[in-house]
Amino acid sequence: MVATREMPLKEYVLKGNAACAGCQDMVALRHAHKALEGDVIQVVPACCTSVVQSLWPKSGLAIPVLNTAFMAAAATASGVKAALKAKGNDTTMVMVWAGDGGTFDIGIQALSGALERRTDFLYICYNNQVYSNTGTQRSGATPLHAQTTTTWRGKTEPEKMIDLIVSAHEPVYQFTANTAYPRDLYDKFKKALEYPGPKFGHIFLPCPQAWNYPVEQGVEIGKLAVETGYWIQWERIGEEFILGRESKRFQDPEKRKPVDEFLKMQGRFSHLFKPKRDEKKINEFEDFIQHRWDVIMRAFT
Amino acid sequence: MKTELMSANYAAARSVISARVEVVAAYPITPATTVPEQIALLNEDGFYTGQFIRVESEHSAIFACIGASSTGARAFTATSSNGLLLMDEGLHWAAAARLPIVINNINRSVSPSWNIHVTHDDSYSKRDTGWIQFYVSSVDELYHTIIQSFKLAEDERVLMPVMINSDGFVLSHTLSSFDYLEPEEVDKFLPPYSPPHWIMDPANPVSHGNIVFPEYYQEFRYMMHEGTQNALKVYEEVEKDYKNLFGKYFGGPIDCYKCDDAEVVFTSQGSIAAEAKDAVDELRDEGYRVGNARVRMIRPFPVDKIRELGSHVKGFASFDRGVSYGFGGPVANDIRASMYHTKYRPMIKSYIGGLGGRDMTVTDIKEVIKDTYKAVESGDLGPEETWHDLME
Repeated sequence: MVATREMPLKEYVLKGNAACAGCQDMVALRHAHKALEGDVIQVVPACCTSVVQSLWPKSGLAIPVLNTAFMAAAATASGVKAALKAKGNDTTMVMVWAGDGGTFDIGIQALSGALERRTDFLYICYNNQVYSNTGTQRSGATPLHAQTTTTWRGKTEPEKMIDLIVSAHEPVYQFTANTAYPRDLYDKFKKALEYPGPKFGHIFLPCPQAWNYPVEQGVEIGKLAVETGYWIQWERIGEEFILGRESKRFQDPEKRKPVDEFLKMQGRFSHLFKPKRDEKKINEFEDFIQHRWDVIMRAFT
Repeated sequence: MKTELMSANYAAARSVISARVEVVAAYPITPATTVPEQIALLNEDGFYTGQFIRVESEHSAIFACIGASSTGARAFTATSSNGLLLMDEGLHWAAAARLPIVINNINRSVSPSWNIHVTHDDSYSKRDTGWIQFYVSSVDELYHTIIQSFKLAEDERVLMPVMINSDGFVLSHTLSSFDYLEPEEVDKFLPPYSPPHWIMDPANPVSHGNIVFPEYYQEFRYMMHEGTQNALKVYEEVEKDYKNLFGKYFGGPIDCYKCDDAEVVFTSQGSIAAEAKDAVDELRDEGYRVGNARVRMIRPFPVDKIRELGSHVKGFASFDRGVSYGFGGPVANDIRASMYHTKYRPMIKSYIGGLGGRDMTVTDIKEVIKDTYKAVESGDLGPEETWHDLME
């Protein structure tokens, strides 16, 4: 794994961007672009990044950014890639940087189309599990029992397993990452540069606004997501599945930290502990954790 | 230049070769389908050497064009009806991003009920997106107007996208001769696209589409309005060049036939307008002083040309093959609005018909023109709006 001192010093996420305090999206963007080193065109649909990149006429990112409509990120990227090809440029990376709403929900058709066409691009879904930008409404990525402004008493369904949907398109490289592990994230972007063809990265990133936790605790929550088994770090290079070393330690449910540690840090789950611990709902949440492990391991190994 | 015999859709597919389009993204919909089919074949056979993206929806088609144009490529798509409606978000986007994309919309009725024949409601409903809109009457005109449209759209004074509308089946699937230009010939007219405003380029990173607050937003919209309005003047230059180089001229934004001494002019868009020439000739033989004003461009609206006509005719018989529900014929209303601040008061009668592909024959058109003629002669306007051939 890359040592922090080996990462390029050049910053592509500039000072003065409009992100909230504690925004983990900036952590993801910062390390992604350090790995890609500038030869990239970034396509951004409606999402937090379309706001936090800063306001016209300024730009908070030192790379070309093409904003596009909510459901059109992968289609727009297809056009960018085709134009580069038409001009004989086969080297510039075309990268979509989309939220969970723009990926799981409204943008899934365009994503599916671009993957099926074997578009040579990298699609990144940075997943804060909610429509954060519009004021925290539920998305297809919102976990079971999480409170949002359209699920006031907690969401009644678990999240869509987008990775399985994407994997059915057989991308050349697919990974999950987590902003609590930025060096791992950096390595995965470096690796993405090696494989021509459709690539998909799914980044878990806590959102202090939507998840309702103190802004300095994003990394702790990200780590707990892995340590409780809730988030699984893995990669898939073609057919080859690699369970991330951070997650391998928690494959055995016995070794996982209690899920309460993860849930209790977040206001969006506070109703699960008031007035007393809701055994049934927390059990359901835990069951989904194991269910996801089972499905992922069954599908990929 | 060599003469070919093809349908409008086949000719449109060939315009993509002639204009050296770099990226096409399209999704099939009747009656536009044979455009992407032909482009695919021309691509696979090595005649069209640009990129062809076989997208999974019209929404993706227009946004792939937006991505391509944003990266400095000349981009084209073709669609119809519901496909154009699905593109709506992208149509607004392309115009506001000032991307000179060209669309061939093959006019088809909007559903329900399913009807694949011509009505202009699809493109009329996109009138206020900022796109320059042409309506053409022949295969030859379609082919050459597409080539002209890239020049018009890419002009720094315009930088707005262009939609060329051709009637479903009547043009799209009907064979007619047209004069094909090799790309080497078109090179003299149309240089490679070189964006004068902004481009996605890692060597010079810029962001496009960032948030703009109320203190600036309106100015961007004003500039769009200016760009679209400039298209009238710029198109004059484009047509002049084109005529000098290839001897082709289609009559400007309004193609007038026997209008100079006419008391009544018939206005219409699309293929009816070609039919109307015959109607005018027959009516002239019968002693009526009538003319045919074929409206080729509805946005920007050729207000000056309408005013010039309105200053010497006594009546307009304005025919719309589409409706603004609750306010009638869109072009008829634009003609009325254009005349309001002049001292001239010709009668402006609105006719709606030919919807869902219902045939509009020379006899039908003559009936419409005569109806206005009668109103002019009697001095009694009669109904402002008439639905032609409407069942009781």
